[in-house]
Amino acid sequence: MAAILKDETAPITTSGDIVKVRQLVRELTISLGFGLVEQTKMVTAASELARNALDHGGGGKVQLQVLNNEMRRGLKLTFIDEGPGIQDLEQALRDGFSTGSGMGLGLSGAKRLANEFEIESVPGKGTKVMITRWRNT
Amino acid sequence: MERIPILKMGEFLLVTIQVDMHDQLAITLQDDLTQQIVKHRAHGVLIDISSLEIVDSFIGRMIGNIAGMARMLDAETVLVGMKPAVAITLVELGMSLPGVRTALNVEKGMAMLHGSLKGKEFFGRDIEG
Repeated sequence: MAAILKDETAPITTSGDIVKVRQLVRELTISLGFGLVEQTKMVTAASELARNALDHGGGGKVQLQVLNNEMRRGLKLTFIDEGPGIQDLEQALRDGFSTGSGMGLGLSGAKRLANEFEIESVPGKGTKVMITRWRNT
Repeated sequence: MERIPILKMGEFLLVTIQVDMHDQLAITLQDDLTQQIVKHRAHGVLIDISSLEIVDSFIGRMIGNIAGMARMLDAETVLVGMKPAVAITLVELGMSLPGVRTALNVEKGMAMLHGSLKGKEFFGRDIEG
């Protein structure tokens, strides 16, 4: 079990909040010593998931946690919304599937850009997506 | 209201995206740019993203839409200045911007547009300044 070194939460209720989430993730990845490509991947994944939470979940929040796991450190982001949830997770994770304004790359793209990916969704209750990226050493 | 400036450079239009893009700004840019293309009878648009630290699928889609709209108004779009980390991330994200031409910088992008305009001229097309 990884120790949590830092834990903060940010709201996702406007499109301006997506910009703020990107800035927060950028700062945290820099503080963790991520390389430029690693930073860019994590910030982009965060941007996709924040937009999903806003567009499909009607807004929500993101929890940002800096983890320490004996040998390595990483950033875990948990996006939580209380929207309609996802009926068919398998379909939602497929490239090109979209019900919103994006290109349907949000979930599948974020999954590829992170090291770890988990999703829980209950129709009518909401969706929770977790991504973690560990520092390459 | 916040806007992204559009500069006229000879027969082309140059859009430099420097700020972190959000929805309203993107929609305003599509509006402004399509009007400027018609107003100046521009046959080429350069979109400079050298200041952008990330391009997500939202911004990518907006760039693709702009290129499509410009094409319908008889203008070609070249995307210039993409950072290497952005290129790596975009491909991994699954978005390789099909239909959008790219060049490494504004100068090379201009050369590319001049080249395609010459091609059009060859087929007897009017070039308006």
